[in-house]
Amino acid sequence: MDPVIASRAQFALTTMVHIIFPVMSMGLAPFLIYFTWKDIRTDKPVYEQLRRFWTKIFAISFVVGTVTGIVLEFEFGTNFAAFSTAAGELFGGPLAVEGMMAFMLEATFLGIFVFGRDRVGDKLYFISSVAVGLGTWLSAVWILIANSWMQTPRGYELATENGQTIVHLVDPIAAYFTPRFTYMYVHMQNAAIESVALFMAGVAAYYVFRHHIWGFEHENINFWETTLKIALIALLITAPLQAFHGDMYGRHVAETQPQKFAAMEAVWETDSYVPEYIVAFPTSLDSITDPRAKELFGIGIPGGASWLASGGDPTAEITGLNEFDTESPPVAIVFWAFRAMVGMGFWFILLSFWGGYRWYKGELFEDALLHKALMGSSLLGIVAVELGWVVTEVGRQPWVIQGIMKTSDGVSPGLTGAEATLTFVGFVGLYAALLGLYAYVIARIIRNGPPGGDDLRTNREPTPTPGSPAAGVADDD
Amino acid sequence: MISVEGLSAEPLFGLPLPEVWFALMFALLATFLFLDGFDFGAGAIFGLMDTDRQREAVLAAVGPFWDGNEVWLVVFGGALFAAFPAAYAGLFSRHYLLMFAILGALIIRGLAPEMYEQRHDDLWQRAWSVAFVAGSVLAPFFLGIFAGNWLVGNEGSLSLIGLVVGVTLTLLTVVSGAAFLRLKAQHDLPPEVSTYGQIAVVGYLLAVVATLAVLATRLPEGITALLDPLIVGLVVASIALAAGYIVALRRNQNLIALGIAGVMTYGLVTVVARIMYPAIDPATGATIRDTIVSTLPLNLMTIGAGLLLPLVVVYFVVLYTAFSGPISPEEAY
Repeated sequence: MDPVIASRAQFALTTMVHIIFPVMSMGLAPFLIYFTWKDIRTDKPVYEQLRRFWTKIFAISFVVGTVTGIVLEFEFGTNFAAFSTAAGELFGGPLAVEGMMAFMLEATFLGIFVFGRDRVGDKLYFISSVAVGLGTWLSAVWILIANSWMQTPRGYELATENGQTIVHLVDPIAAYFTPRFTYMYVHMQNAAIESVALFMAGVAAYYVFRHHIWGFEHENINFWETTLKIALIALLITAPLQAFHGDMYGRHVAETQPQKFAAMEAVWETDSYVPEYIVAFPTSLDSITDPRAKELFGIGIPGGASWLASGGDPTAEITGLNEFDTESPPVAIVFWAFRAMVGMGFWFILLSFWGGYRWYKGELFEDALLHKALMGSSLLGIVAVELGWVVTEVGRQPWVIQGIMKTSDGVSPGLTGAEATLTFVGFVGLYAALLGLYAYVIARIIRNGPPGGDDLRTNREPTPTPGSPAAGVADDD
Repeated sequence: MISVEGLSAEPLFGLPLPEVWFALMFALLATFLFLDGFDFGAGAIFGLMDTDRQREAVLAAVGPFWDGNEVWLVVFGGALFAAFPAAYAGLFSRHYLLMFAILGALIIRGLAPEMYEQRHDDLWQRAWSVAFVAGSVLAPFFLGIFAGNWLVGNEGSLSLIGLVVGVTLTLLTVVSGAAFLRLKAQHDLPPEVSTYGQIAVVGYLLAVVATLAVLATRLPEGITALLDPLIVGLVVASIALAAGYIVALRRNQNLIALGIAGVMTYGLVTVVARIMYPAIDPATGATIRDTIVSTLPLNLMTIGAGLLLPLVVVYFVVLYTAFSGPISPEEAY
């Protein structure tokens, strides 16, 4: 394989696998803080069960997220050395600060949060849950600051040093706090909570379905019913919001990255009153990779795309892909990923209203079809996040830094095709195994259910904690 | 009031910031090699344990710490990237396969304990034990190969200097790991753990001698580069420290032994940094002043690091205080 192709494929693979785990940890964080708070304040066993069960899943996700995240940091150097040299001054800083400000906070307090319940008091334990959650959310701040700068670069100056283009930072506020950052951060964090809510609801629906519809007795049914209700509340809040700020984000893309927007809508020629195609089919299989390229059959809403781009004007003009000097991004991927993501987003809204309505009617545990719909949708939130990132990252190609540097120019100059192919193939194998193991472990945790009985602190008499502080020098006897 | 113009004009407080970041970067690396080093060393010793309870005790002892410890590597990488991007890009891309070998070892090292705890059947646990030991031994070994190649400016992945530094570093992690395990879990572990530490520290001294011998042949200035008073002092000190380590372990003063292992780790990294300075990428001859970013981002990062790193120290103090004293195998989840 060509080193450029292999590097791009490898980066795409390693990011797409990695993003699953931050979505899980960022999405679980607010739930865990809430569970910890309720566990401490109410002494109801179900909150201890909720906290401990979901903490287990959080901990595994965090570990896998750590090891797959280090890979990404290294890959900027190994595979994209030219990019790293050119943009390191702007791009390296946020990564370093992410490590110091966010990752450190998260990883240290995670030790207490996962292993330390019997070693620390309620106050420090609750602080640990907040610190872990804050850490995951701050990580996203710095990563998205770095990413949003690549999408809509500002606050820089270009210079040529030793025949190489170097990006210099001149205005840190402009560079690091682009309007894009806000759209991305809100959309991403809300998506993480929504994805986790869907996952929780799907898993809980399975046990609710088995218990209430099929009649299998589940001793932890109260736990699963509570999980379902909490997840549904989160879904009712996040699902409509996602569409709301997704729309604003889309308009912002139309303004700031017109080439990406044109690819999202597969608009080739500049036009006004552009319809929003729900589906589009090429006339022959040869042009399957290029929906709407020519002579197509499509179903669309008249003026819809113009309306989206402009925020309400169906006659607005959209610049076509043919107007740009550079090659277009792979239009089919961007076009379909965008449609699938938006379609799923609307499905989640519907699902949340459906569940909310049944709950309101007191029939939440009786609607078998709803349970099945929730089960089937349990992983779709994560799929939608993946598709959203495909739109964002594939849609900005050929640029690694919009308008400044092409991705193909960012690849390490000395890298050979053999080396890059070897590691790419290695990652395909390693990450397939990794995903398989992760899924296996999560499934096991779910099958084993929450802790119960005497294992719960809530059910135990308070006892003095063994080996807690003060024993620091106990070994030097 | 600090302004962008002011921050762009001159280095913060007139500090020699390239040197500050060079030192900081190596301090971060040394902190990683010490803290995650005892995790790696514990992982190596894990392979020598006989019973389930002993293995559980090792996992319980490192469980709460390793994630935080490993973040020092991320911060080291981030600091190198942010302060010396060209050096970061050059080093990582030239040692391409080696970097992925390090990543592979770290991935396996990270996953293995989590997986080990998931199921309690024999085959499963044996497989993940092997993975845990392999990841724990190979991660510092590959990192050592990288450090050796970096120091002498080697282009390829395999070299004699790489191998000896790899062995040196791996043995040093066992030195730290033995002291750490004695401190945290000695009642559940066999007394041989102390012996492993003592053997490792003797092996470490021999490996340091071998490294210095190979370095004398590989460095352009030859042996004169090694006759720097700081380097000679640190090498002599490490002999005394090794003796102190053995005495401390035998007297069961494990916190002292662990502290000595830490001092030895910082000493080793200091020697490497001293030999390298003022170059940062000896292969290309690039110096820290050739590759340092411009004044504005450097000042901003210096402020950021100055504010954040003290906080990080607080986090670690909280964590290590919460888990002070022995950790019993029952505390693993």
